[in-house]
Amino acid sequence: MGSRLRIRLWAQTTVLIAVLAGLHLILLFASFVAPYDPTTQDRELPYAPPTRLHFKGATGFHLRPFVYASMRVLEGDRAGSLEEDRSREYPLRFLVSGPSYKFLGIHEATVHLFEVAEPGKILLFGTDGYGRDEFSRVLFGGQISVAAGITATLITLLAGSILGIIAGYYGRWIDEALMGVTELFLSLPWLYFLLGVRAFLPLHLSALRTFFLLTGVIGLIGWARPARLVRGIVLSSRNRNYVLAARGFGGSDFYLLRRHILPEAFGVLLTQAALLVPRYIAAEVTLSFFGLGVSEPVPSWGNMLSALQQYSVLVSYGWLLAPACALVITSVLYSSIADALHSRLESE
Amino acid sequence: MKVMVRLTLLYVCLLAGACFAAAPAPEAAQPGEELARMAEVSGHYGGHLTIGQRSEPKTLNPVTAADSVSREVIGRLMGDLIEINRSSQQTEPALAKSWKISPDGRTFTLQLRKGIRFSDGQPFDADDVVFSFGIYMDEAVDSPQRDLLIIDGKPIAVTKVDRYTVRFVLPRPYAAAERLFDGLAMLPKHLLEKPYHEGRFAQAWSLNAQASEIAGLGPFRLKQYVPGQRVVVERNPYYWKVDRENQRLPYLDELVFLFVGSEDAQVMRFEAGETDIISRLSSENYNLLAQEKSHHGSQLADMGPGLEYNFLLFNLNDLKGNKLDEVAGKQAWFGDLKFRQAISATVDRESIVRMVYGTRGAALWGNVGPGNKLWINQAIPHPARSVEGARQLLKSAGYSWNSAGQLLDAGGRPVEFSIITSSSNSQRVKMATLLQDDLAHIGMQVHVVPLEFRAVIDRVFQSFNYDAAIMGLGGGDADPNPEMNVWAFAGTSHLWHLGETQPATDWERELDQLMQQQMVTLDYAKRKQLYDRAQQLIAENLPFIFLGTPNILASASSRVGNFHPAVMDPYTLWNAEELYVHGPAQENAGVR
Repeated sequence: MGSRLRIRLWAQTTVLIAVLAGLHLILLFASFVAPYDPTTQDRELPYAPPTRLHFKGATGFHLRPFVYASMRVLEGDRAGSLEEDRSREYPLRFLVSGPSYKFLGIHEATVHLFEVAEPGKILLFGTDGYGRDEFSRVLFGGQISVAAGITATLITLLAGSILGIIAGYYGRWIDEALMGVTELFLSLPWLYFLLGVRAFLPLHLSALRTFFLLTGVIGLIGWARPARLVRGIVLSSRNRNYVLAARGFGGSDFYLLRRHILPEAFGVLLTQAALLVPRYIAAEVTLSFFGLGVSEPVPSWGNMLSALQQYSVLVSYGWLLAPACALVITSVLYSSIADALHSRLESE
Repeated sequence: MKVMVRLTLLYVCLLAGACFAAAPAPEAAQPGEELARMAEVSGHYGGHLTIGQRSEPKTLNPVTAADSVSREVIGRLMGDLIEINRSSQQTEPALAKSWKISPDGRTFTLQLRKGIRFSDGQPFDADDVVFSFGIYMDEAVDSPQRDLLIIDGKPIAVTKVDRYTVRFVLPRPYAAAERLFDGLAMLPKHLLEKPYHEGRFAQAWSLNAQASEIAGLGPFRLKQYVPGQRVVVERNPYYWKVDRENQRLPYLDELVFLFVGSEDAQVMRFEAGETDIISRLSSENYNLLAQEKSHHGSQLADMGPGLEYNFLLFNLNDLKGNKLDEVAGKQAWFGDLKFRQAISATVDRESIVRMVYGTRGAALWGNVGPGNKLWINQAIPHPARSVEGARQLLKSAGYSWNSAGQLLDAGGRPVEFSIITSSSNSQRVKMATLLQDDLAHIGMQVHVVPLEFRAVIDRVFQSFNYDAAIMGLGGGDADPNPEMNVWAFAGTSHLWHLGETQPATDWERELDQLMQQQMVTLDYAKRKQLYDRAQQLIAENLPFIFLGTPNILASASSRVGNFHPAVMDPYTLWNAEELYVHGPAQENAGVR
C-alpha cells in the first residue's frame, strides 16, 4: 500500500466531505438563503421562467447584477407570456431584511442572503404552476428530502447493528432465526412494499407526521443488509485472541462489544450510511412523486417533481427539473464518498 | 423451414390485405328511399381518420354501454329517431322525418323515413322501433337509459300505428320530451330478437362479436377489433344522409379508434401525426399545440365555456350507523350556510380561471354557466372575492380566531378538514391546492388528498367517508332535465345528501318542486322562469360551492375537412359522417 495513494484518498475524501457539508449547511440554513417563503403563491406569475441576471443596463456596465420586473404581454402573438419590463432596474442586494422566518426553528429573523426590491423578483429557478419560487422550494424541499434520507439511514443502521450484534454475538438459534428474516426482507420488492404500506396509513396527516411515518417505514424496511454485515464482523472478531483475552480478564459482554468489537464495524457502517442516504432520499422522492409522501403545500423534491407527470409541463417548463438536478448532485456526492470510504477501508 | 417462412409471409400479406382492403362503396339511392339531404354539406370521398382514445371501449352494445369511450365508438355505428344538433343545440329529424305532439303534451307520433336500411342491408321500420324501446325499458336488461323512459314509475307506451308510424304515450306531460330520443340507438330486430329472447342480450355485441353480427343505422359499421390496439369502423354503404350534391354520406372510408392510454399520450400521438383528432384538451396541452401550430398547421378550436361545472362539495349525508364520528363532528360547520358562504366569498375564482384553465375557462357562481345561453339565469350575482366579508360572516356565526390566526368554532375547536379529488384530473387537484391557500387566509386548515378516481367515487357515493370533495358534473345536454338527478331530493346524484327520503331543508323542498314543475311545463318561457328560480335557490344556499368551467378545446390535423366541434358531448365526432380528408389523399375513392 503506497502512501501516495493513501494521501490521495485522504485528500479526495476530505474535499468530498467538505462539499457535502457545504450543501447540507445551505439546506439547513434554507430560510436564510432562500429569498422567498416556499409556500407563498404569486398568482400573477405561474410558470415564470428563471429571472435573468443582468450586468449591462441602460446606464452602462454594473458590477452589481440587477434584474428587471416581469410583466404580462397583453396583446399580439405572444399575449399571456411574460416579458421583462426594461423601464427600471432592480439591483441585487445582499443581507437585507425580507419576509420573517424562524432561524433554525427558534430565533425570529428577517435577514436574507439576497433579494431585490419589489416589484422586482429574483426567481433563480423560475416559478411553479402556483407562482411559488422554485429556488426557495428546492432548498426547503431539500431539507425534507435529505433529512428524510438521513433519519431513515440512522434508523436502519441502528436497527441493523442491534440485530446484527445479537445475531453475531449470541449465535445459535437466534442467529438462524434473524438471518432467516433478513433473507425475507432482502427479497422484498421494497418500492411496491412501501407503496402498499403507505396505502394502509390514514389519508390526511400533517406534513410532520407524514415525514416521521415515511422515514420510519423506509428506515425499518432496510435493516437487513447492515444487520448481515455487522453480524459477519461480530462473528469474526468474537473469537479473535484479544477479545478472548479481554473476556479472560473478566470483561462484560457490553464492554467487549463497545471496546473491541463495534470499532471494527464502524468503518463498514459509515460506508453503508453513505450508500443508504441517497437511496433513501430517492425512496422519499419516489413516494412523494406518487402522491404518497409529504403533501402540498410543504415542498419536497418528490412532490415538486410530480408536477412533471404532465406532458405539457415537462416539455414547456424545463426549469421545474431543478429538484431532479439537486437530487442527482446529492446522490453523486454521497456515492463518491461511499466509494472513497470503501477504498480506504480496503487499503487499511 | 422454408414452408414456415412462406406461410408466415402469406399470413403477413393476408393481414396487410385485411387492413387495407377497400371500404364498401356507397350504394346508389333506391326509388322511394327517403334520404335526409344536408344542404350545406360538401366534401369528397375517401381516406381514413385516426382518433386516439384514452382507454379501450368496454362494449359495442348501445343499450348497456355506460362509459364515454364506448359511447364514442357506438355513437358512430348507431342512429337515433331524433337528434340534437350539437352545433345549434336544437332537435333535428333523424330516423324520424317528422313528429307531432298532441296538445296535452303526452302523445308523440313519429313518422319514420321510408325505405332506409341497416348497415347489413336489411330494411328498418316501426317493428325495430317498438323492439328497441322494449329492450331499453326492460328491467332485466338494466340499461342506464331506462331511468329516462320510466316517468312516475310508469313506462312510456310505444305502439306501432303502421309500418312507418310509431306512437309514444307518456304517463304525463314531459318538457322537451323529443330530446329524450337522442342517444337511444335503434336496434335491428332481425339480429337481436333471438339473443334477447334467449336471455343473452347483455352479452350480445361484446367487443369480440363478429362484424356481421352487428348492424346499425349510423354512418359507419364495425370492421375489425384488435384487442388492446384499435377498433376500425368502415363506411355504412346504406347510410340515410346525403350531401348537397346528393352523394350518400359518409365521406370517409374508415375511422380508426386507437387506444393510447391518457390525455398526454393522445397529445403525443397527435403531435407525431399518428392521430387526426383530439376531442377534449386541457388548456396546457392546447397551448402546447398552439405553440407548435406553425410547424404542423393543425386546426385548433376554442369553443368557449362548456356545460360542465366543477364545484366544492361538503359531506352532509346522514352518517348515523356509519361509524364516521370524525366526519360527523365536522358536519355542524358544513351544514351552516354562513360557513359555506364564507368559503364561497374567499375562493379566488379569477385565479382558478387563470391558473387552472390558463384563461381558457369561466368562473361559476351557479350550476348553469355562460356556455348554456338558453338557460342561464343572468340575474345570479357574481360577488367579488372578499376575505373581509368572509371573516364578518364567520364572526356573526360564532367563529373566532386564536393568536396564531387559526379559525375556531363556537366550541373552540380548530376548523380543519380535507378535500379529496381525483388524482388523474390535474385541473381539479390544482383547484384544491389553490383553495387550500385561499382558505388559509381565513384561518381554515385544509388538507388536499388526491385519490384514485374510483376511490373518490366510492367515498362520495358509497362509504361517505370524506369531509369535502372537488368534483364535476354536467356536460351532457343544455336542457334542465338531465339535472333532475342532482337537484331533486331523491336524485341519484344529489351528492351532498344522498338517499334523502324527504327533503332535509325547506329550500331543498322548494327546489325539488321547481324541478318537478319545470319537467311537466311545456312552454319555454314558463319553464325558464321556474329554472331561473331553481338556479337562484341553488346559488343562495350553496349545496355546492361552484368554482369554474373549462372551455371546450379540440384539435384536428390540417387534413380534416368539415371539422366543427361543439360544446356538447361528443364534442368532435358528432358530425363524423361529414368529415372528410383534404387534398389528394384519396387512397381508394369509391365514388359512384
